[in-house]
This record gives sequence, C-alpha cells and structure tokens, in this order.
Amino acid sequence: MFATFFHRAVLTAISLLFGCTGEIITEKSGNLNLGVPGVMCVGGISGFTGAFLYEFFWSTPETANWFLAIMIPLIFCLLGSLIMGLIYSFLTTTLRANQNVTGLALTILGAGLSDFLGGYLVKQTNSGGAFVSISLSSKYYMATLPFANDLGWFGEMFLSYGFLAYVAIIIAVIAAIFLKRTRTGLNLRAVGENPATADANGINVIKYKYFATCIGCMISGLGGLFYVMNKASGVWSSDNLEPLGWLAVALVIFTVWKPNLAIPGAIIFGGLSILSYHISANNAISLPLEAKPLLEMTPYIVTVVVLIFNSLRKKRESQPPEALGLAYFREDR
Amino acid sequence: MEKIPAVRFEHITKAFGSKVVANKDVTMDIEKGEIMALLGENGSGKTTLMNMLSGIYRQDEGQIYINGEEVHINSPKDAYDLGVGMIHQHFKLVDLFNAAENIALGMDKKVTGNAKKIEKDVREICDRYGFELDLKKKVYNMSVSEKQVLEIVKTLYRGASILILDEPTAVLTPQETDKLFSVLRNMKADGKSIIIITHKLNEVLAISDRVAILRKGEYIDTVLTKEASVQSLTDMMVGAKVELDIERPDVKHKTRRLSINHLTILDKYGVKVIDDVSLDAYSGEILGIAGISGSGQKQLLEAVAGLQPAEKDSSIKYIDPETREESQLIGKSVSEIKKLGVSLAFVPEDRLGMGLVGNMDMTDNMMLRSYKNGHNIFTDRKTPHDLAEKVKEELEVVTPGISTPVRKLSGGNVQKVLVGREIATEPTVMMAAYAVRGLDINTSYTIYRLLNEQKKKGVAVIYVGEDLDVLLALCDRIAVLCGGRLNGILDGRTATKEEVGYLMTKLIDYGQEAETYDYHEEA
Repeated sequence: MFATFFHRAVLTAISLLFGCTGEIITEKSGNLNLGVPGVMCVGGISGFTGAFLYEFFWSTPETANWFLAIMIPLIFCLLGSLIMGLIYSFLTTTLRANQNVTGLALTILGAGLSDFLGGYLVKQTNSGGAFVSISLSSKYYMATLPFANDLGWFGEMFLSYGFLAYVAIIIAVIAAIFLKRTRTGLNLRAVGENPATADANGINVIKYKYFATCIGCMISGLGGLFYVMNKASGVWSSDNLEPLGWLAVALVIFTVWKPNLAIPGAIIFGGLSILSYHISANNAISLPLEAKPLLEMTPYIVTVVVLIFNSLRKKRESQPPEALGLAYFREDR
Repeated sequence: MEKIPAVRFEHITKAFGSKVVANKDVTMDIEKGEIMALLGENGSGKTTLMNMLSGIYRQDEGQIYINGEEVHINSPKDAYDLGVGMIHQHFKLVDLFNAAENIALGMDKKVTGNAKKIEKDVREICDRYGFELDLKKKVYNMSVSEKQVLEIVKTLYRGASILILDEPTAVLTPQETDKLFSVLRNMKADGKSIIIITHKLNEVLAISDRVAILRKGEYIDTVLTKEASVQSLTDMMVGAKVELDIERPDVKHKTRRLSINHLTILDKYGVKVIDDVSLDAYSGEILGIAGISGSGQKQLLEAVAGLQPAEKDSSIKYIDPETREESQLIGKSVSEIKKLGVSLAFVPEDRLGMGLVGNMDMTDNMMLRSYKNGHNIFTDRKTPHDLAEKVKEELEVVTPGISTPVRKLSGGNVQKVLVGREIATEPTVMMAAYAVRGLDINTSYTIYRLLNEQKKKGVAVIYVGEDLDVLLALCDRIAVLCGGRLNGILDGRTATKEEVGYLMTKLIDYGQEAETYDYHEEA
C-alpha cells in the first residue's frame, strides 16, 4: 500500500521537480519568474498539440513510429516553453520591466492560452466528445522497463515511471553540480547575487540572464509535458496544471534554492498534495469533505515554516539570491 | 624621443541626461610606473572619468589611448583585457562567496586552471607585494580593509598594470592606510601605474608623484606633488581661494538640553556597544564626538533619536528649553518623542538608507518630515514643494530639478537636501553623523556654516566626525569614545590632536574616572 502511495506521489512530484529545477536556475540569475505556472501550462499544451498533430494529421496508425511520437511532442514542448522564456527575458532584462508583474502576466497568459488551445483541439476531432486523448504518444511516454512489473514493491516504487521521470532526476542532479562545482555555475550565481560585481568582473550579465531564464523555462515546461503524458495519460485538462506550477514555486523556497534538495522535496510535496485523495480512496478513515482542502494546503504551510525557520537561522547560504527580482542596468547610479 | 604614457585621455566628454555634464573635454596623461592622484571636489567628474577607463561608462566624445594605441572600452571585460583594473568605492564583491571564488569569478578556466593553481598564483602575488589574505574566508565575514585587499589582489591577479583606486582610504583606520600606501609603493616599484581618487590632501601629498586636478568636470592642471602644497592644491581644486578656518562663535546661554546617564546598549550578539556613557549636551554648543569608526557613535545617536533600545538604568533626559521640564526619552518611539514636543533633527550616517528615500524626489523627501501636519486626509504638497525649492536655492543643490529622484544626485547634494530638511524643522537638538563624509571642501564648509547657525540659535548640536582637524576647529567640547566607553571630554579650544588621538585609542581602566570638561549652567 505504501508503494502505491509512493508511486502516485512521484507521479505528481516529477512535474514539480521539473518546474522547481527550472525555476531555481532562473532565480539564480536574479530573475524571479512567477510565470512558472504559465510556462508549465504552455509546455503541456505545446507538447499535447505536437502529439495531436502527429497522431491525427501527420500519420496513420500504420505509419506512426515511436521515435517521432516521442520527439515531436518533446520539441513542441521545449519550443513553447522557450518562447515564454524569451518573452520574460525580453521584458525584464532588455526592457527592465517589473519582474513580478511580468511573471504574473505570463501565468495568466499561459493558463488562458492552454485552455483555449485545449478546447480548440477537442473541436477539431469532430468526435463530439468533451475531451481528446493522445493515446499513442502517451503510451510511449508511459512505457516502463519490461521487467518492472515483476519486481514487486521495488519495481512499483522505483521503476514504474516513463523515461521523463528519470530525466527529471538527472537534470536536477546535473543542475546541482553545475551550480556548485562549475565555473559557469559560479558566474551564474554571481549574476543573481550581485550583477554589478559580475559585470565588473567581465561576466555578460544580460547573456547569463537570458540563458538561465530560457533554459529554466524549458526545464519547467517539461513538467507540463510530464503531467499531460504520464499523470493525465494523454488526456488534456488544464485545471490541475496551474496549481502544480504554484506548488513548484513554493518548492523553490522549500529547498532553499538547491536542486539536489528538490528531489526529496518534490516527493514530499507530491505526497502531501495527494494525501487527501489517497486517504479517501483507500477508505482508511472517512474524511470529512472540509478536510480535503486543508490537507492540500500542507505544502504551502510547510513552505511558510521553512521560510520562518530560515529567517530565524539567519544563515546567509539559505537566503534567496540577493539581487532576486531586481532589474540590472549598468549605468544606473 | 617622447615617452609614451600608460593612459592618455583626449577630449573626453560625458553627460548624464541633457543637463548634467560630468566630464567636459578632458585631456590628460598617466605615466607608466607612477602614482597619480586625481583630485577634485564632489561631482567634479573624477569617478566618472575613471569609470570610462574601466568600462562602466562609455564616453560621448573623445578618445582613450593605452600605451599609445587608441582603445574602445565597451565593458569591464575589455578594460581587464587591456590591463586596467578599478577598485571601486563600493566594493564589487559577492558577499556570499569566499575570497578564492571572488577571484575566479568571470575568468576563463583555460587561463586560470583549477582551484589549486589559483591559490598558488594568488599566494605569489600576496608575497610579492606584502598582502595578507585568507582565501577561504567568506566576504560577508571580512572587514572593510580585508575586502579592499581582496579587491586589489583580484585586480592584480587579472594582470592589471593600470590600477585605479576610488577613495581607498575613506573607510580605513590610519594604520590600515599606512599599510595600503606601502603596498601601493611596492606596486609602483614593480612598474604599475596607479591612479588614486581622493579628497584627502595630506594623503595626496604623502603618496602621489603627480596630482591631476578636475573642477566641475573640466581638467585644470597636473602638477608635481613635490612642488605642491595643501594651499596650492586647494586653490586649484575649488578655483577661488577658500577660507580654511572654520568659524567658532563663543557659547552663550549654556543650559542643559540633553542629559545622558549610564547609557548602556547591547548589540544583537550581546556585546556592549555603548558601555555606561554619561554626558550632557548644552544649548548653543557644538558637542563633538570623536572615536575610531564603530566605537558606538551610531548607537549613541540612535538611542537619543529613539531608534535603539537601551539596557535598564540607562537614562536620556531631555530638558525643555521653555519649561525646564525633564522628560525621559529611553523606551519611547520616534513618534512618542515627537509628541513630547522634542524637536530633534537627525542627519544619519547612512544618508540614502536612513535619511532620505533614494527613489523619491526632493519634495517627497521633504514631506517625510511633514506628512502628519494638517487635518485633511489629503497631503499638503505645496509646503514641502516650497521647502524643496528653498533648500535648492539656499544650499545651491545641483540637480536637474526638484522632481529628480535624490539617488541620482551626487553625495554632497544628497547631504545638502538632508541637512536642509532637518534644519527646516527648527530643532532644539541637532545630531549629525559624519555629515561631511565624502563631501568636497566647499560643501563641507556649507555644512559647518549651517551647524554654526544652529548653534547660534541656541540649538544643542551633536557632531560625530572623523577628521580630527575639523573636530578641533568646529566643536566647543569633544567627547571621545573608545570601544563604546566615554574616554573623556575635552575643551575643543585647548585640546590638541595628540590628546584626542590618545583617548581614541587607549581605553582607560575601569573604575578610573574619565577626565571630563563640563560647563556650568548659565541662567
């Protein structure tokens, strides 16, 4: 039973992990991108659109192959997220618009856009149904190792996910090493801490901000794709994606801007967010209706506790990047 | 054959916006292997000129030549590549990183190699010039002089042969300054060209080979230091001859205005930053507070202003000039103190942090003092606007307009705005901390004049200063703090620099009564 719970928790956690890792990289450059929920929505709908076009227009069941069924949604997702990243970077870094306002606008834009496109695609199938499913791509995305089912609880807990789940963990580990150990990572952190200093040391602040934000958005966008393909099994619904995005933003704070901590952090958040569903599904205890939203609040409460704890501890290393949220202009006095 | 200068500026012009011209047609040379002092009043364009050499700004007109070749410096990286390194007044260091990480920042790994190699190379630089540096220490744990050393080492590590130091001694103790100067001489002997931007004339005379003078953005002249004197340099810097004597009117109608008794303040770590200090401030006098920076000056003033909680048994009493009524200020908030009818003017050390709001314009900053006046829910903008105009007129604030955010003004002008506003409240007690720090001579004198005017009006003025000559010339009494304790109060008219210096550095024993020069009240 715990294995099942863990499995479900991880299914939610992977989306969070993508979103969180991407946002950490973005925030390390000093860009506070509150558009993560929007980016994840766009990543999800872009991937969905790619899969939809491939399945319904560009191929027939006979000609479809697994490679294109995976690559086309993936590329669509990355491109969609990249565009969001470019919009954010252009507005905040080049035009120096307020980061919070820009981010929130992107969230609204992304959520709305994905709703609109999702509804539009349903209409195109002429099936008259309320939803549309991209069963082919999601089948490949959900494919696990053939012997995973034979390994009992171990298989269920660790091997029962599609390849994107492992990609998420690898990206998080690489991001942690990148930030801590590499010269480029050091430069990136300097940009987020003190852009004037980074600039005076010959670091191209604008370039770093653009790259970190765009790459961060592309990683975050994959969270949307994973949700569509694996969690929702190829059925589009945008309702749950935006809250996941906000949870990813909270997770960044929870993990004190460390991608390696994001891996266990995401699983904890994933577990907490499905706890109410799991309890009522298993009838372990009969849960009053009001308790559900209360339980869903727990990740945010935990985040607030972490925030309080960190401010009390006053450890410099656990604080947000110092220049987070501030635009940089070299000739500003 | 003519010698090729290390740096040559030709007809450099730079303007900010359409009204403020920071540099106008500047042409000057810096030779190889010399220490050149760049001297000028505040806002005379020294830092701006050097920022163009270090790639922070781009000149509007003119050319820069390095070693005889015309160069285009578009970014700090270009400057580094050309061997130009600048140590800014506000250090360009990442607090969260340690020394080694700060040195490695932004450098190509192919050039620097791994961490071990960096450490070895940095050691070599430190040994060659006599620096002391702990590479593993985080910057946020460093003292100001350690940070400065790190900055210089970092710049040298990048192969700089032309070093620019912007006001390097502003925050150093005399001993640290001596150490810095000996390092600079070592670097000069090694063939580096050093440009040092400063206001302090005695340091110019002590360290430099030549002095270049800028005035209001224009290049005036370059003179050999050995042929210059304080007087001749001052004349060139300010144009017209400035009266070097500070006026000191006699103290009249001394009545006790503030009575501080057994004041003790702990910092957040529980260390006593003010330790059992007792002193009185009288109306009509300027009470100077001397001490090495960080001896508790800030906390003392803030306690009076109602910004610092004090330990029990501490007492700060305010004696009303009219009613002679005493009221306790300790434990009261700023607004409670105001309600008592205590009119307190406070010019804090951190002008743009505590004194003014950098992003607001002059009018809004004036309003910070008056927003509670009036009985209407709408604010009165007319009075502060008029006050802003008046301050701009009377104190000659150089600004594109009173609606310009004050953070865009130069340091001296920011201070004029702040002092002007505080004086306008018609205070009975006026406190000023490092009121002339970073200010040029003319502005400094304006500030001294304003303080003296307040003194003549019967205000009790408390002046925290760092320049002993000024303290001795301006103040009626000088209270010397050392390590949070009051080491003595001297008569400003008879005390010598040596006496004050001695009290600043030598802590008297506990139990031993500090020598205090006090007034007797005159009715």
